[in-house]
Amino acid sequence: MLLVQVVVGGLLLGAIYALFSSGLTLIWGMMNFINFAHGEFVMLGMYAALLVVVWLGGGPAVFGLAVALLLFFLGVAVYASLIRHVLRGPMLAQILSTFGLALLLRYTAFWIFSANFVSLPETWLSGSVDVGGIWLPIPQLIAGLLAITLTIVLHLLLTRTTVGSRLLAVSEDRTAAMLMGIRPDRMQALAWGLSASAAGIAGALMATAYPWSPSVGETFGLIAFVVVALGGFGSVPGAMYAGLIIGLIQSVSAFWLGPIYKDIVVYALFAVLLWLRPQGLMGRA
Amino acid sequence: MDRSWMKSAAAVAACLLLFGARPAGAADAVKIGIIWPLTGNAAAAGQASKAAAEVAADIVNNAHPELGDLPLAKTAGLPNLGGAKLELVFADHQGNPSLAQQLATRLITQDKVNVLMGAYQSSCSFTATAVAERYGVPFMVGESAALNITGRGFKWVFRGTPIASDYARTYMRFFADMKQQGKKIDSIAIVNENTDYGTSVADAIAEEAKKANIPVAIRIPYSASSTDVSAQVLQLKEKRPDVVIFISYTADSILYMKTLKNLDYKPPMIIGDDTGFSDPSFIPAVADIAQGVMNRSAWAIGKPGSVTYKINEMYKAKTGRDLDDTSARNMQSFFALADAINRAGSTDPEKIRVALTETDLKPEQLMMGYQGVKFDHTGQNILASTYLIQLHGKAYDLVWPEKAATAQLQWPMAGWAK
Repeated sequence: MLLVQVVVGGLLLGAIYALFSSGLTLIWGMMNFINFAHGEFVMLGMYAALLVVVWLGGGPAVFGLAVALLLFFLGVAVYASLIRHVLRGPMLAQILSTFGLALLLRYTAFWIFSANFVSLPETWLSGSVDVGGIWLPIPQLIAGLLAITLTIVLHLLLTRTTVGSRLLAVSEDRTAAMLMGIRPDRMQALAWGLSASAAGIAGALMATAYPWSPSVGETFGLIAFVVVALGGFGSVPGAMYAGLIIGLIQSVSAFWLGPIYKDIVVYALFAVLLWLRPQGLMGRA
Repeated sequence: MDRSWMKSAAAVAACLLLFGARPAGAADAVKIGIIWPLTGNAAAAGQASKAAAEVAADIVNNAHPELGDLPLAKTAGLPNLGGAKLELVFADHQGNPSLAQQLATRLITQDKVNVLMGAYQSSCSFTATAVAERYGVPFMVGESAALNITGRGFKWVFRGTPIASDYARTYMRFFADMKQQGKKIDSIAIVNENTDYGTSVADAIAEEAKKANIPVAIRIPYSASSTDVSAQVLQLKEKRPDVVIFISYTADSILYMKTLKNLDYKPPMIIGDDTGFSDPSFIPAVADIAQGVMNRSAWAIGKPGSVTYKINEMYKAKTGRDLDDTSARNMQSFFALADAINRAGSTDPEKIRVALTETDLKPEQLMMGYQGVKFDHTGQNILASTYLIQLHGKAYDLVWPEKAATAQLQWPMAGWAK
């Protein structure tokens, strides 16, 4: 029974990993562009949730929506003010620009919020439900289900809608897409908005259970890269499977072998998998 | 090379001549060289301790009859040295062990201090004490906790502060006391972050628990940067220990409290070993769900009118803040050192060293919650211990030992129950 509990806990955690990683993989899939500031978007989502709760009150539904909107516009703004310009520069400039952005966001957060750890006050989401002897923490349960739903929605948006087709068209052949009357700039801004939004919501959901400080983005940024590499760069379903797998492995190995071994197990399996399948689970070879 | 050797040899000789030849007259001040990090990363702690040392010097140098049995408070100066005053010479090692070593040499050879004190960071205490040992100058380690500072066979190094094993022994005494009162403590669990800090403290606790015949049901080392601790909490839930001791940093201690509640597991008692549980973020984050969590502190401000309360008022008038545990432990070590110099009746280093070895301060002569100050052959204070405090509402109250308690101990802890 305890093992079932551990497995469920790992999957719920993995669902959140999947959600914030899907944003990173989206940007890569669209533009072959690595966003090192992705973990910082998660961090901003957490602080935005806190500000909404403290200043405006309101439950998780309110702050979830507010964070999604705020981060969407932040993502668009980052694209319009920074990314659009560095895309014309050399590869190294592109990589370093988001690295610089990450530091800028992190240290601005230190300046505004201080280095102290904060956490969300208890809401109606707090607590847990007993399902046949398995304790499901409500924040993680809702976060996990919502994360899976949003990841699927994002996948459907990309594969089943006109907007999605346009996004994919731009990613496949920018010039051809332009000839078809698609404006790549708008599509890429949209991708950045969606990406930041997914990271922000994941952060807000994590914030219901996890205390954080401005440096939290480092932790989540690293996890996102592992998830994306394992799932296959550019694949949203890949990120979902990879997120769930990593959450599960972490949880089960922490329980069986002890918490200090969980990252060893995760990264060892990660290395083996990449050796067998370098393009990741769902990546295009 | 030769010349500098000659120089320092000459300095030592001069120093020895000085100490040996001249008895301390009434007007001669006793120089205490103090090495602390007054700038750099740990500047806040260094500055707070500096202010505490200045308050302590004021208490020794001027008559403070209101401070009861505190040694040297009633009189002005050191009575056995004809009322000689203490003069503090501060030096800033910036948290750098090799600078601490140089400064110790400089204070001994150039400033000609009679005794040394310091050095906050264990690494700096480690190097500075070696210099004192070489020159034969007594060194009081105020609050550095690393085990290896004492126990190197040094004759001139003394340490007033409790170290990990003292804290562990205090927990065991607390458990024995609780058992006597009919509380059930059949097993404990130790959950520690897995760097040097957490591991060494957890080792000390496991060892003392073994001596006290209290089984450790499970020991869980984990990484403080974990984003999820559900698996660890489930392991605890499975073993059902009566007390869980956490050695944790800030984010992880908060995460544990939240996860315990989310997985609906409340051990009868939780003890946090300082650090994360004393972080200013801890109480605001978990006050609603961690009622009754225990923590340690050797310093307590005490009731209005008490000696500790008056000392805190003096410190507050100087700095605007309450005295903290770290600075208070330094202050206590300072008093023990001053007491030894007075009993030596001389600034002769050997006489001060002997007086230090004969130190035997009783609990009522202390400002801290120790059982006394008495140094063993390694120089470690064997009577150092700590108070235990418990989270009630939005603050910690002193709950054990009973004679010092300002509030009733809550057992089992309430956690999130109203």
